[in-house]
Amino acid sequence: MNKQALYDYILGVTDNSLILGQRLGELCGHGPSLETDIAITNIALDLLGQCRSYYQYAAKLKGGDTTEDSIAMLRKERDYVNVLLVEQPNEHFGYVIARQFLFDVFHLLQMQELQKSIDETLASIATKNIKETLYHTRFSSDWIKRLGDGTEESHVKIQEAINDLWPYTKELFQVTKADQEMINAGIGADVSKLEHAYYKQVAEVLEEATLQVPEGKYFHKGGKKGIHTEHMGPLLAELQYMQRTYPNMNW
Amino acid sequence: MVKDNPNIASHLRPILESVPDPEIPVLTILDLGMIREAVEVDGEVYVKLSPTYSGCPATDVISDDIKTAFKENNLLAHVEFVISPPWSTNWITEDGKRKMREYGIAPPLSESADKKALLDGEKIVPCTLCRSTNTHMVSQFGSTPCKALFKCDDCLEPFDYFKCLI
Repeated sequence: MNKQALYDYILGVTDNSLILGQRLGELCGHGPSLETDIAITNIALDLLGQCRSYYQYAAKLKGGDTTEDSIAMLRKERDYVNVLLVEQPNEHFGYVIARQFLFDVFHLLQMQELQKSIDETLASIATKNIKETLYHTRFSSDWIKRLGDGTEESHVKIQEAINDLWPYTKELFQVTKADQEMINAGIGADVSKLEHAYYKQVAEVLEEATLQVPEGKYFHKGGKKGIHTEHMGPLLAELQYMQRTYPNMNW
Repeated sequence: MVKDNPNIASHLRPILESVPDPEIPVLTILDLGMIREAVEVDGEVYVKLSPTYSGCPATDVISDDIKTAFKENNLLAHVEFVISPPWSTNWITEDGKRKMREYGIAPPLSESADKKALLDGEKIVPCTLCRSTNTHMVSQFGSTPCKALFKCDDCLEPFDYFKCLI
C-alpha cells in the first residue's frame, strides 16, 4: 500500500475542514447574534477537532519531525488541497450559511462512506465525525429554510449567496489520482458516487426554503490540485501567522 | 448501542474519581463514562480515555489531570485516546445525570426523545429550575459544543441541555 497516496488522501479529506474551520473562526465575536456566534464557533471547534485526529494519523505516516501542527500550519499554498468552496469569504451571514449548508450535505455523505473504510483509524474518525456533522447539517439546513422562507430581504440575500457559491459545488465530487488509489484499496470513500444523492438532498432543502436551485452549467475547480482562488493567500497569512512568526511555539 | 463495560481496576477507581470534568466540575470523568480502561502493569498505570466531542478543549486538560492525580499517588500514568468505539451519552451514569440536573444542566434524553426535542420542537425537556416541560430550544449550540441552549416559558430562565450523542 502506497503510504504517500494514503497521506495525500487524508489531506484531501481534512484540508476542507481546516480551511472551513478557519473561515468560521473569523466570525468569533462577530456573529449576527449571540446564539449564532456561539453555534458557528462550536461548529468550527468540531471541524478543527476532527482535523487533529486526521492530521495526527497523517503525521505518523509521514514520520520524521512532521507533526499535526506542521501539516496544518506550515505548508505552502499549493500544498493545501481543500476544495475552493471552503475558502470563499464570509461576505454576509447568507454566505456563511450557504457555504456551510453546501459543504455539510457533502460532508455527511462522505463520512458515511468513509465509515466503511478498511483502514480502522479512518473508519473510527469518520464514525465519530458523523455524530457531530449531523448537528452541523441540521443547523445549516434550518437556517437555509429560515432565511429562504423568511423576509423579502433574507430571501433575496440567501438566494444570492446560493447562486454565487453554486459553481463551487461540483469540485466536491472530483477524484484525484491518490483518491482513486485509496478507493481501489478499499480505504478511501468514492465521492464521485455521491453526486446524485447530494444534489437531490440540496434541492429538497432549497425547495422547502422557497429558493431556486441554480441552473448554471459552469463549475470551478483547482483546489484539489493546490490551485486556489485569490482568497487563499490572505487566509493562510492569518492561519500561519503565529507559527511562522514564532517557529515551534508552544502554548 | 454499544454496551458500556469499561475495564477499570478497582484499586484505581478512587484516584480516577478524584478527577473532575473541568467544565462541569460536579461530574467526575467516571460519571461521564470517559474511562474505557485503567489497569496497572509492572507498577505503571495505563488509561484508555474516550474523548467526548472531537474539538473539546477539555480533553487534553483531563488527560493531564489524570496523570497528575496518579503522580500524587506515586504512580506513573500513560493516557491513550481511544475513539473506537466513539463516546456515547449512553455511557453517562445515572448518578452523573442526577448531578447534572442538580447543577442546572438538563441531562440527555433518550435518542428518540432528543430528536423530538431538538428537531420537532416538542416540549419535553424539563426546566432544571422549576421542572416545567413548557420549554423551547433557543439554539442547538450552547456554551459548549456538547450542550444546547433552552429557555423555560414558565419561569423564563435559560438553561443548558446536554445533547444526545449516540
